[in-house]
Amino acid sequence: MAAGNAIDPMHQFEISKIAEFKLFGFDLSFTNSSLWMVIAVSVVSFITIFGTSSRAMVPGRLQSLAEMSYEFVANILTGVTGKEGMRFFPLVFSLFMFVLAANMLGLLPGSFTVTSHIIVTAAFAVLVILTVIVAGVINHGTHFLHLFVPSGLPALLLPFIVMIEVISFISRPISLALRLFGNMLAGHVALKLFGAFTVGLLGAGAASVFAPFPLITAVALTALEFLVAFLQAYVFTILTCVYLNDALHPGH
Amino acid sequence: MRFLVTSAILAATSAPVLAAEGTMFPPFDTSTFAGQLFWLAITFGTLYLLMSRVALPRIGSILEERQEKIERALGAASDAQKAAETSASELETSLAKAKANAQAIAQEARTKSGKEIDAKRKTVESDLAAKMIAAESAIAETKAKAMANVEDIAREAVEAMVETLTGKKPTAAAITKAVGAARGE
Repeated sequence: MAAGNAIDPMHQFEISKIAEFKLFGFDLSFTNSSLWMVIAVSVVSFITIFGTSSRAMVPGRLQSLAEMSYEFVANILTGVTGKEGMRFFPLVFSLFMFVLAANMLGLLPGSFTVTSHIIVTAAFAVLVILTVIVAGVINHGTHFLHLFVPSGLPALLLPFIVMIEVISFISRPISLALRLFGNMLAGHVALKLFGAFTVGLLGAGAASVFAPFPLITAVALTALEFLVAFLQAYVFTILTCVYLNDALHPGH
Repeated sequence: MRFLVTSAILAATSAPVLAAEGTMFPPFDTSTFAGQLFWLAITFGTLYLLMSRVALPRIGSILEERQEKIERALGAASDAQKAAETSASELETSLAKAKANAQAIAQEARTKSGKEIDAKRKTVESDLAAKMIAAESAIAETKAKAMANVEDIAREAVEAMVETLTGKKPTAAAITKAVGAARGE
């Protein structure tokens, strides 16, 4: 089939080197992934720093966007963890904006989706869970371990409950990483498949009358993917807040 | 480490299916992991620094300033409203006072003019009464005079009639008697 090369939904996730760079035997080349990370950071910085440079009392568009993002994330954080959670605001805000920017930029045709690589989402998840553990131990010392030992439990049940709690704690970063990765990956694969299907049908003689159907699906999917891009950034952020809440208020 | 293990498991199970044409499923290509982590650390670290040092304090101060300004404006507005309310109530009380004043003045004027009218009427009435009494006495006088004249006329008429009928003058006593008898009826 001629379209064999076109229908390769994994091609969009391939990492290609832009500038070779090696350090201590590691391949640290500047790739398309690195480029889109830089673009995501630039976009976020442009909105939040350049957009607010006039410090207008009545905000313009960019400043409104920056303020809306600030208040959106601040509301999530204080809503879940209370006022003291604002200590983690820079981290949570950076996470939300980076993930949102990466997800959204990934929907540009021909771009690369940084968050469709599990190593990136896993790195974020590890960062979040390490922050939870470090902040929890600093704030509460050994009392943080009460997270795994619910109070008022019969001694007989204790080992099982502790085991369940430990497993649930360990599964948090895994689910955090896999959810974002899986959503981004699957959405882009589906988009690519329907797009390629449309092209394939167009080149298939009489069958080309059916080409509009996958095209319509692809358009609808694109709209859905914009929703998913936002929603996954939101879910990642709100779960981060929920886990940080454990660091601030351990025990059930 | 967990993630490497997890991803390795996933890679082992899904890579053969997805990479049917011999190419590796890109997200599980471990040779790119170091580079991605390196650039992610640089870019995300930069973003974190920019956000925590520049962007967030600035946006926070902008929002705080605006909040303060709004609160100040609201306070000023409520102060102005209070002032307006007090001046309105002051106006009302002074209006009420003025109204009461006006009513008192009107009342006074009314009673005063009523008294004057009464006094005038009384003088007029007493005047009229005096005039009436004078007129009545004048009428009575005139009547008495007329009555006196009537007696003289009657005597003369009696004298003339008796003289004409009898040919001799009656005595004055007889006339008086006759006239008195006539008047006695």
